[in-house]
Amino acid sequence: MLNLSDVLQTNKMISEQKLDIRTITLGLSLLPCLSAGPASLPQAVYDRICKKAENLVRVGEEIEADYGIPIVNKRISVTPVSLILEGADPVAIAKAMDRAAKAVGVNFIGGYSALVHKRMGLCDEKLIRSIPEALCETELVCSSVNVGSTRAGINMDAVALMGKVIREAALRSRDSDGLACAKLVVFCNAVEDNPFMAGAFHGVGEGDEAINVGVSGPGVVAQALKAVRGQPFDVVAEEIKRTAFKITRMGQLVAREASRRLDLPFGIVDLSLAPTPAMGDSVAHILEEMGLERCGIHGTTAALALLNDAVKKGGVMASSHVGGLSGAFIPVSEDIGMIEAARCGALTLDKLEAMTCVCSVGLDMIAVPGDTDESTLSAIIADEAAIGMVNNKTTAVRVIPAVGKGVGEELVFGGLLGQAPVMPVHKGSAKDFIARGGRIPAPIHSLKN
Amino acid sequence: MKAVITVLGKDRTGIIAHVSSLLYEENVNILDISQTIMGGMFTMIMLVELSDQGSHFAQVRERLMALAESMHMEIRMQHSDIFDAMHRV
Repeated sequence: MLNLSDVLQTNKMISEQKLDIRTITLGLSLLPCLSAGPASLPQAVYDRICKKAENLVRVGEEIEADYGIPIVNKRISVTPVSLILEGADPVAIAKAMDRAAKAVGVNFIGGYSALVHKRMGLCDEKLIRSIPEALCETELVCSSVNVGSTRAGINMDAVALMGKVIREAALRSRDSDGLACAKLVVFCNAVEDNPFMAGAFHGVGEGDEAINVGVSGPGVVAQALKAVRGQPFDVVAEEIKRTAFKITRMGQLVAREASRRLDLPFGIVDLSLAPTPAMGDSVAHILEEMGLERCGIHGTTAALALLNDAVKKGGVMASSHVGGLSGAFIPVSEDIGMIEAARCGALTLDKLEAMTCVCSVGLDMIAVPGDTDESTLSAIIADEAAIGMVNNKTTAVRVIPAVGKGVGEELVFGGLLGQAPVMPVHKGSAKDFIARGGRIPAPIHSLKN
Repeated sequence: MKAVITVLGKDRTGIIAHVSSLLYEENVNILDISQTIMGGMFTMIMLVELSDQGSHFAQVRERLMALAESMHMEIRMQHSDIFDAMHRV
């Protein structure tokens, strides 16, 4: 028989602590579309997405109703578009993806992407240069570019180009507070099965389709830690592990069920703690619950390291296949605690960079002054990619130059993307550094074979 | 399929009677009931068995929602797997 307190605990997590399944993401290979030829490629992409994803939203809603657990997003990730681009117009494909996403009713579609960690091919460069236009001409398309990896080093030509692309995307979407930049991620060590946006794409080793599920639940962890106030970190880590286990088991259940009902293979559960701007759904507040007056002060990196590790340890036993990014997310604009910490100056770009050494992502959803030049944006990307490359982990940069705004002002995106206080960047030029181009060689510990 | 019905709200007469007669009308078998008063609030969970058709689940849930509204209670019906998944290793 079920235990009364177990049932009530689960329902309390859902209703009061904002426990939810953040996303069911259908990973879809677009390689079968290639036979259509360049001229018919956009239509072939549209048709394939509509056919394979036609039941995704309905099944998601059914699972939501049957289990009483909110599933916030239904999404699609596709093969990096640069791989199928030969001879075709990239923006036409972005528009086809956008139309298809709207036709099947998903929240976002990711995969307008290029993997250029060693070098840029012609199609890669064509796609990258088209990103600002593609993101401004569409609503639901998300884009990502992998510019480095532990095995290949950092492609500094691509890093330089991405500074320009981000700047142009911000200028083109200045009327929507730079929204195009919120849909663009620059990665090092990108993962091929990430269900979270904006960085989701369906890697080439993934088969034709996969159901990947991203769980969430910072509010549940914060609440659990309230019960162990003042106790040693061993106790804190145990409590987080227990909570992560429960959250992930629910993700595993939903992933299996979605896979069964859609008759598509189960891929992975991504056991990330993904915050939202809603009160009580903040990763920063978990760190503060550990005893920090504000997120961003000294001690924050250690607190985040513990959190990230305990989440993985708790979650890994709860799922048969853990993948994606799996850890704690620290997107500034999407986390009410981070927003408050950035507003009062406790949280700086430098501290965030340090935090990305110990968590699952990178500099995420950060607004920088509108006059930040492209070489500074590239230098921010290079720093972050270096952390990823050397530490053998995924790092990412999703920064939004706030066109016409400076420190003290804010960008407002609304919804899950929240609002971003503009954070100061270091003065001084990195122009000559970025202009060098070429590749930063892979670190010695990449030679594992 | 098995489902868990949770009923929460201010204690009053006839709560169990209303819920169980609705279930009787819908041919839903009650397997177990656990009920208590927590902090002055009526709290009940029921483990029930109903036919495997998804439409039956949806119909019963809809009627329970209507009952919840008329009685000013909070009623949920969920697939029991979610609790097993979260609380059993």
